[in-house]
Amino acid sequence: MLTPLLIILPLLFSLLLFALKKEKLIRQLALAAALIEFVLAVFALIQYTGYCRCLLLFDFPWLQIQGVSLKFGMDGISLLLVMLTTLLVPVIILSSFRHSYGKPSAFYGLILLMEMALVGVFTSFDGLIFYIFWELALIPAYFICAVWGGNDRIRITFKFFIYTFLGSLLMLVALIYLFYRTSLPHSFSFQALYTAVLTPAEQAWILLAFFLAFAIKIPIFPFHTWQPDTYTASPGPGTMLLAGIMLKMGIYGWIRLLIPLGGNALHSYGPFMIILAVTGIVYASLIAIRQEDMKRLVAYSSIAHVGLMAAGVFTLQTIAMEGAVIQMISHGINIVGLFIIIEYIQERLGTRKISDLGGLATKAPWLAIFFMIILLGSIALPLTNGFIGEFLLLLGLFEYNVVVASIAGVTVILGAVYMLWMFQRTMLGKTNERTEQMTDLTGTEMITLIPLIILIFWIGLFPGFFLNIALPDIEHIISLVK
Amino acid sequence: MATIICLSVMGVLILFLGILKKRTLLLPFILAGMLITLAIALMEWNSTGAYYHEMLVVDHLSVAFTAVLIVSTFLIFSFAGHYYRQVRRSLDDIYAIMIFALVGAVMMTAYGNLIMLFLGVETLSIALYVLAGSHKEAITSNEATLKYFLLGSFISGFLLFGIALIYGSAHSLNLREIALFIAPRANHLPPMFLAGLFLIIAGLAFKIAIFPFHFWAPDVYEGTPTLLTAFMATVVKTASIVALYRFFSHLFTGIHGVWEPTLMVLAILTILAGNLTGLYQSGLKRMLAYSSISHSGYMMLAVIAFSSQSANALLFYTISYSLATILAFAILMLVRETRGNDLFDSMNGMAKTNPLEAFCLTIAMLSLTGIPPLAGFMAKFILFATAIGNGLTGMVILAVAGSVISAVYYFKPVNAMYLKKGDGVRMDPEFSYKVHILVLTVLLVLTGILPFFLTGWL
Repeated sequence: MLTPLLIILPLLFSLLLFALKKEKLIRQLALAAALIEFVLAVFALIQYTGYCRCLLLFDFPWLQIQGVSLKFGMDGISLLLVMLTTLLVPVIILSSFRHSYGKPSAFYGLILLMEMALVGVFTSFDGLIFYIFWELALIPAYFICAVWGGNDRIRITFKFFIYTFLGSLLMLVALIYLFYRTSLPHSFSFQALYTAVLTPAEQAWILLAFFLAFAIKIPIFPFHTWQPDTYTASPGPGTMLLAGIMLKMGIYGWIRLLIPLGGNALHSYGPFMIILAVTGIVYASLIAIRQEDMKRLVAYSSIAHVGLMAAGVFTLQTIAMEGAVIQMISHGINIVGLFIIIEYIQERLGTRKISDLGGLATKAPWLAIFFMIILLGSIALPLTNGFIGEFLLLLGLFEYNVVVASIAGVTVILGAVYMLWMFQRTMLGKTNERTEQMTDLTGTEMITLIPLIILIFWIGLFPGFFLNIALPDIEHIISLVK
Repeated sequence: MATIICLSVMGVLILFLGILKKRTLLLPFILAGMLITLAIALMEWNSTGAYYHEMLVVDHLSVAFTAVLIVSTFLIFSFAGHYYRQVRRSLDDIYAIMIFALVGAVMMTAYGNLIMLFLGVETLSIALYVLAGSHKEAITSNEATLKYFLLGSFISGFLLFGIALIYGSAHSLNLREIALFIAPRANHLPPMFLAGLFLIIAGLAFKIAIFPFHFWAPDVYEGTPTLLTAFMATVVKTASIVALYRFFSHLFTGIHGVWEPTLMVLAILTILAGNLTGLYQSGLKRMLAYSSISHSGYMMLAVIAFSSQSANALLFYTISYSLATILAFAILMLVRETRGNDLFDSMNGMAKTNPLEAFCLTIAMLSLTGIPPLAGFMAKFILFATAIGNGLTGMVILAVAGSVISAVYYFKPVNAMYLKKGDGVRMDPEFSYKVHILVLTVLLVLTGILPFFLTGWL
């Protein structure tokens, strides 16, 4: 029962928020709801690791005539992503308190609605329910970005919407097609879909459909064109939701559906997909170096990071897949941290252009320290969370193919180049007229960032706990390929 | 059968009420009468049979779609009070003609003989010609009725000619007997029969607004009074597509291959033509006209899929399409009335002045796009599942591409209302109107999340 509760709770709170008017009350209630959700998720984690490793399954026949049932549960991979979601949402809500958004009831209501959809995606064990939540997540994301976003927001978010809508509909067709290839009685449950019998040609088509659906969402080069614009134009919390959690839906979908269903087609088309992913890594890293807008720079860095995860997933090595799962968590934490810092700078100084900034460290030492820690996590310095994921991913890639691994390894260097260069140009050097007015972090802002800092070191120093949660399930998924 | 009698009596009574000048009693009488008729129609569920030498056949298919037609008409009537509140004269004639049109529509779902099909189509059409021109002072309404009448009567000739040709080769107009005629000749049907078949397809395609017989729809929709446009877009379309489905499902089991390619091409072209032209519209009403054309294409998929699931898929699709379309037209009425036109630009900033109406229209648009968990998504899902289950994967991929295109224009009003700033005045509809649109919105959501109530009946 815990899993459906995790989905219903944010929905109820979000409906409640839509009815309220007072901004202060709305904020507090939104934060409270997100924290209760987090406590519930921790409870699920304790139950899962403590005594049963069971699936926490909930099953209710919904549309029997089409073999759809409301099937929710959590295995290790789901659990980690649910933890990530429920942890990041309160942080994102807390980080938005400085800024006053118009129509707060709708703003926070939509954030919670989005949380519901995301948790739904990560806990569905039925293909169609997975699709429903997947699509549902798009609507609040669209409105958050389009209503509260920056310049040219309508055109940009609409492009994002249409692009991802196209991808998801392809997935719907593929799911229905698979449904008819399951054993009788046909069913949409993941277990049934995994056992669907396909000819090699069908397998290739299914693989292509799922690849496109998820690649657009992640996004993987060359389907990434919506991403930098959307991240830049969205309001801070919107960007954090998209980059921190929503793109993980894509990688999660690959692991959950594409890998087990791809079968032999994966062996023939996998290398092609790895090449796309690695091309994206190098391409995005090179572009990131030249960016002037901090948010845009981080957006491109994100394409590079997810490219590495994608490449790791397609190597079909347990170790790389393990790395991809850990890296999903780490990347979510790091990128949300970076966007929060950028948001703080922008609110104080009214700009996030790198050339306008400089010498912030002298005025705001705490901000600089937090920024540095998150940045080091993001460029995968040993002892931070980013290192664990990237190390495992590169190790897996290395076992797969040395050349690919070496090219992908370049990202670590390039990542250091653009990130540290950004740090140097914004935080160090002399202050200018504008940055004279910089103030340091307030107490609330520190509280917002501290959970992220703790996790950066926790995952960096003791990754075993996190790795063990997902390991058996990753092995299970890989065993399905063979 | 009882439904048709009941509705006809009701139409006559409405005219009497008009003579007696009981204007205020009209709508309550109609709404109550519709509910009673609905109950009578549903009671026939267990007493199926054929009447008058199989002229009319009452089976589960006809009962279910009769119920859909009655409910749609009921919902449209529930906005009539709002729509006509400034009209001083008695409206008994318009209401009675609507009811008579509904009689024709019900006949089209229950015919067992091609003559009854023609009678149904004509009863419906002649009533519609009058309704389209019922706003006599407006030149657009006159234009609409003239266009509709000229084209419609011309195409009725096609339909009748087709029926005659079929009679000439099969020597019967009874569906069952025609089926017996084709069964042994599946591979060498006489050319006259085939010509008749395609003429009937053309006649019905005009009513459903299927490419290339769809050109009348946008102009006629544009000029017809909005309340009656809603009637055309939902009741008429549902009745005609059911008539088409009945025609094929009862008759042509053996010769699936003859008509399937034709319908496939028509369906795909309808979806693409409707959606692509919809992109270039700047007003809500014309946009809804093109949306209704593209939805005819989707409904055709169910007919083409030709399986035991088709009727189910069609039922769910027509219900969800009708709910969303009626809701959209209800809000269109309000927009036209207060802002003078229905251009998307004049809807700018509506979310601020009229949050409830903006929200309801958004739900209607999202449902028509097919966003879960709304009714429109479940309808598309069941439809696509039916089609893919019968090997139409390629068509479904094209239909999906059409869906993506349609999202672009369905989001135009949503973007205008929520994302653009406008200085339009606040619209202030009466309380009952607000309740009605809210009920429709809730129905759209409920149909989407509790689809099992509406599936598995047929």
